[in-house]
Formats: sequence, C-alpha cells, structure tokens
Amino acid sequence: MDSASAPFDSALFPEGVKRCKFKWFLFWLAVLHGPLMVGVIAMLMCWGLALHVTYLNNNYPFGLWIAADLGIIALGAGAFFTGFLRYIVNIEELKNIVNYAVVIGVVCYAAAQGILGVDIGQPLRGWFIFWHANVHSMLTEVAFCITCYFMVLCIEYFPLILENRQINKLRFFHGMAHHLHGAMPTIAAVGVFLSFFHQGSLGGVPGVLYGRPFAYREGFLVWPWTFFLFILSAIACGPCFTILVTWITEKCAGKRLVKRNVIDILAKISGRLLVLYLVLKTLDTVYWVAIAGKAGAPLSSFYANQPFGYWVLITELGILGVIPAIILLNAKARQNENILIIACILNCTGIFMNRWIMTVQALAVPVMSFDKFISYRPNWVEYASTLMFVWLGAVVIMLSYRYLPIFPQEKELNPS
Amino acid sequence: MFPFAFEWVPEATRYVFMGSLYAVLISLIIILHYCAIRAFLDMICKKDDHNSHH
Repeated sequence: MDSASAPFDSALFPEGVKRCKFKWFLFWLAVLHGPLMVGVIAMLMCWGLALHVTYLNNNYPFGLWIAADLGIIALGAGAFFTGFLRYIVNIEELKNIVNYAVVIGVVCYAAAQGILGVDIGQPLRGWFIFWHANVHSMLTEVAFCITCYFMVLCIEYFPLILENRQINKLRFFHGMAHHLHGAMPTIAAVGVFLSFFHQGSLGGVPGVLYGRPFAYREGFLVWPWTFFLFILSAIACGPCFTILVTWITEKCAGKRLVKRNVIDILAKISGRLLVLYLVLKTLDTVYWVAIAGKAGAPLSSFYANQPFGYWVLITELGILGVIPAIILLNAKARQNENILIIACILNCTGIFMNRWIMTVQALAVPVMSFDKFISYRPNWVEYASTLMFVWLGAVVIMLSYRYLPIFPQEKELNPS
Repeated sequence: MFPFAFEWVPEATRYVFMGSLYAVLISLIIILHYCAIRAFLDMICKKDDHNSHH
C-alpha cells in the first residue's frame, strides 16, 4: 500500500500488515456505541434506582448476571490454559495464538468484574470483600483469585501495548516489553494457580449448598465434585472460545490470521478434555441421582417445573456435550472449518447452559413442602447491562487488532 | 485486611487466605519492578540485544 492511500493512522499499525480505512474503523466503533449506551443507561438505572428495576427477587438472587458471569469466566479460561500449554507444557506452535488468547481473557475477566460491579448494586462498597473478608466462603476465594488473575492478565497484555510500533521505538518500553516476555512463564504459572482455584471455587459455591439437593455434592476434603468439574469444563471450552473469536475476527478482517495447524492443536486438546469432562459429569450425575433418590428427592422432582424439564439434562449433556466432543475428536471433522465452528459454538453454549443450571435452576427447585416454584425471565435492564460488556469487549478487540501485534503469522499468511 | 488491624481474627484460614492474597500481589509487584529496573539499566547502559522475535 502506497503512503497516499494508507490510512492516516497507518504509522501505528504493526509492521507489514494492512488495516481498513480509518473512517470505516470509526464507523464500526460508532455502530457498537449504540447498544453500548443502552447498556450504560441500564447500568446507571441499577445503581441509581437499585436492583428492583430488574426481575431478581428472593427466589432468584442469582439470575442472568451470575450465570453470565460464570459463563464468561469459563470462556476466558482459554487465556490461562493456552498460556499453560505455551509456557509450561511448552507447545511451541501456540505462540501464534497465545497473544490473542490473552486479549480475549482480558475482555472476559473485565466483563465478569463489570457485571459483578452492576450486580452488587453498590460498587463503592466492592472493596468490603477484601477488607472484611469472610474467609470461610468460597466466594471470597473467587473474588480474591479473579481480581488477582485480572491483574495477571493485564500484565500479560501490557507487553503487547508496549510492542506497538511507535511505543516500541522508545528504548525503555522496548526493554520493558522484552523483559516482561522473559518473565512470562512465571506470570503464566501464577495465572494457572489463580485460575485453578477460582474456576474450581465457582463450582464449589453450588456444591456446598447442603440445603439444595439439586446442587449439593460430596467431594474430596473441602472441595465438592463440582469444584473439579467446573475446572475441567472451563479448560475444555476455553480453547473453543478462542478458536471461535479468532474465526469471527478473521471473517471481519477478511483474511486468515492464524495457521490451521495451530487451531487444530487447540481443537484436539479441547475435544479430549471435553470427553473426559463428559465421562466424569455423567458419573457424577448418576451418583447424584442415586444419592438424592435415597434422601427422598427423586430425579423427577428436579425436572417437574417448566421450563426446567428433562430437556435441560438432555440438551446440556447430549446436544451441547456429546456432539461437539465427537466433532472435536474427529480429525476429518476438525479440518472442515464450518463443522469445527459449529462444534465450538455448541461447546461454548453448553458451558453457559451448565452455569445457568448450577446457579439459577439449582436455586429455583422448591425444597420445602410449603415452597412454590416461581419462574424467572430476565428483563431488558439485565440483558442490556450484560450485553454492554460484549460490545465493550468488541471495541477492545478492534483496537487491539488494529494497533497491536497480536497475530505473528498475519504477515506471512497475507503477503502484500 | 492487615494482621495489625484491630478487626483481624487470628485463625488459620484467615492467615491462609490473606497470606495467599498478599503473596500473589507481592510476586506481581516484584516481577513488574524487576522488569522495569532491568529495562532502565539497559537503557542507561545503551544495551540493545532485544531484537529476537518474541
């Protein structure tokens, strides 16, 4: 591209790559700001008028926000798990996607914390959980680990910013980026430690509710089985979300950004982990049905209230579990991009459904003889304030793609 | 909460939780400072061997 036709901000682009005209970039940013502003209004309503503007109530203290929060955190597991595979297991090929996995992780964890900021109603008191910590609560562990892991992700994202073509010309920032890259295995190890515990503890929260037979599980030491199932399900779906977002970015950019073999490695690992998860989840379900039945809570009692019928169980484990697992395990199916993306969508939807079941349905099932089932459907305020972080994430990804060197293979795959 | 705060209850779980939190925070601060100091020393010594591809 000659200098006359190059976008005026082309000096900020990574070396040797093409980007769209600046006016188109601004246009798409403006388009995203429409729904983003609706979300901001919804958020301000929650803070200004309190949570009664939502459909949350005493029967459903955990609604769309918490389910979305847990789902987003599971999807963001692609960042820590890809970092683990790249820096600790040392799979060399993954260096070509680990940067983007970090960007996606930053977006997911920022979204998760943002949603919690809306959900707690009074974000100015958010620091209470750190100072007045209830050290007997799994949620405290979650809050500590998510906050610290978000810092880790920011530190992993920082060298990408420093490697912007203009910033990198400054010797100090150039050196800082270099040394941060050198420290990345240590940072990745801290991230793995934190992620392991917060992904698990999110599963531990429903697992320790002994008054809720739908959710309660036995376990190992202080950790219920759901602790381990949540970790496994997160690392099984996180890489699929990374593949999915990379594919969407490629479609928006109109070019290939990562080689097929890199995607294939992630898909294969994800498939194997998904199979392991499904086997353990099925065993857990069978054992739970037997134990709960003996305790006077037959399986039918959990699925007697519409819309939470048996279809929930079949959809979660069958359509959104077994089908993507078969596709991801099959090398020929993985080579077909459309089928691979369908598998990733099913896998990621499955994780959202699992989190919805373990938080919303688990608390909705009546447990007392005088309890009545009350249905719940989120209202527009909850939807808008949740989706706000999706649009915000898209803006961060657009800015990162335009100005930061996140795809090392882009130049090779798209020679000018 | 710090151990010298009057609300601190000396129990094992509190030491484990808060100790882990501060250990992680201190590790991250040390890593950042280490990288910044190394970069600063490289800058003043005009040392530039960072051209390897990350």
